[in-house]
Amino acid sequence: MKRLTATLTIGLVAATLATADPVDDTLVLNGETEIVTRTEAPEAVADVFDEVISGWHFRGDETREMQADDFDNPGMIFVEQAEDVWNTAEGSVGKSCADCHGASEEMAGVRPVYPKWNEEAGEVRTLEMQINDCRETRMGAEKWKYSGGDMINMTALLASVSRGMPVNVAIDGPAQSTWEQGEELYYTRFGQFELSCANCHEDNNGNMIRADHLSQGQINGFPVYRLKNTKLNSAHGRFKGCVRDTRAETFAPGSPEFIALELYVGSRGNGLGVEGPSVRN
Amino acid sequence: MERSLLVIMAFAASTVAANAADVAPADVAFVDGSVEASLSGVPGDPENGRKIVGDKALGNCVACHQASDLSDVPFQGNIGPMLDGAGERWSEADLRGIVTNAKMMFEGSMMPSFYKVDGFIRPGKAFTGKAADDTLAPLLDAQQIEDVVAYLVTLKDY
Ligand code: HEC
Ligand code: HEC
Repeated sequence: MKRLTATLTIGLVAATLATADPVDDTLVLNGETEIVTRTEAPEAVADVFDEVISGWHFRGDETREMQADDFDNPGMIFVEQAEDVWNTAEGSVGKSCADCHGASEEMAGVRPVYPKWNEEAGEVRTLEMQINDCRETRMGAEKWKYSGGDMINMTALLASVSRGMPVNVAIDGPAQSTWEQGEELYYTRFGQFELSCANCHEDNNGNMIRADHLSQGQINGFPVYRLKNTKLNSAHGRFKGCVRDTRAETFAPGSPEFIALELYVGSRGNGLGVEGPSVRN
Repeated sequence: MERSLLVIMAFAASTVAANAADVAPADVAFVDGSVEASLSGVPGDPENGRKIVGDKALGNCVACHQASDLSDVPFQGNIGPMLDGAGERWSEADLRGIVTNAKMMFEGSMMPSFYKVDGFIRPGKAFTGKAADDTLAPLLDAQQIEDVVAYLVTLKDY
């Protein structure tokens, strides 16, 4: 019944291009785990949204279905590759991730709370930063490139074992100033087009910008396997592209600006289920 | 297509050197968001204007607007109002003001300013993601703006 509604909605969109509401559907992973893809807006966005909605609802039937089954989700191939790396000793210390952390499933619950304040380091850390810190200080191995293949694969593995758990990024206490910096970036109208994230994803989600159906720009689905470039894409990679497409000088993955933006955007999706690796067009 | 993640608004900034007779972007005189005088002094060509409005690499207005007259152009967005009847709702001077710098007519508008070269935050060199250099040109040149205005004036029907 739900699926029928979805198909009807899409038919209408194609015919008129006038309305494009998020598709009414339920994400059930591998026929067993229901994932929260719409929920009451968290505190950070309660004044602008009633409900926060995953980008999954803004994609077509086939793309949504592909994500619902691990055998169809092309992102899972990279998760498998990362699983091998998880269990392989590397670096001067001769240890693998598994030697310290156990099986990758033991990491369930980690993804949903990142980026996160690290007391010892006195900084807000993304998952990528934490992974590289482990590699350098505990394994004596070389850092991975921030958005390189090894790194994205590992973040996909860590997301996959937390799928369905609600995003729960802390924004108060010592993380607050970074969060505020992220908020400011979110509302800054960058580039020759003078467009902010909010112009597209807050004011116009549900609308069409040329052929693209604008979502709320949530990051609970990252890393994202994109059918367009047939690889996993990081949240910072997506931010970089969105800022560049405003005809702006963009920021680099791993930059302080994107770390702050990730904390802020992540908190706008508090309550949504972790989906990574998700599938998008 | 592969180069840009979105390619939703691939405006090609005009590379043609500004015509000496053109009103420079900084010198455009707005009155209540409208611009009375032609920017180029040469009458606009509505046929070319129609092309600019629908072309992804030119005005790409259809990224945000739908227009029945452009039904041959696929994938029209719905961020802004339908352009049908724009020539009835607005005077030529209003339309020139809106296309030149919509923020003068509609405060805080999401519509980009098509004839403006400064005041941007981190302007880029087109869609490269790199910083803009001194070749930064307006999104449309003076004559292109006039052509678009001449076309919009013809959109009388709803
Ligand atoms: C000119 C419009 C525009 C602007 C400005 C913009 N985006 Fe996007 N963004 C898009 C489009 C189009 C997509 C692809 C469709 C979708 O998922 O919304 C997208 C996708 C995304 C996604 C992927 C969502 C998913 O579920 O896969 C994220 C995250 C995102 N944007 C974040 C941002 C952030 C953060 C900013 C500001 C730094 C920003 N965007 C600015 C147009 C824009
Ligand atoms: C990124 C989105 C965007 C693009 C691109 C864009 N516009 Fe707009 N336009 C808007 C919005 C939004 C409005 C509504 C005014 C407002 O409230 O800001 C508007 C309003 C207008 C109006 C007044 C409509 C009416 O009848 O009330 C006209 C005319 C217009 N635009 C023409 C154009 C033309 C011509 C182009 C290209 C050269 C263009 N627009 C490109 C977003 C856009």
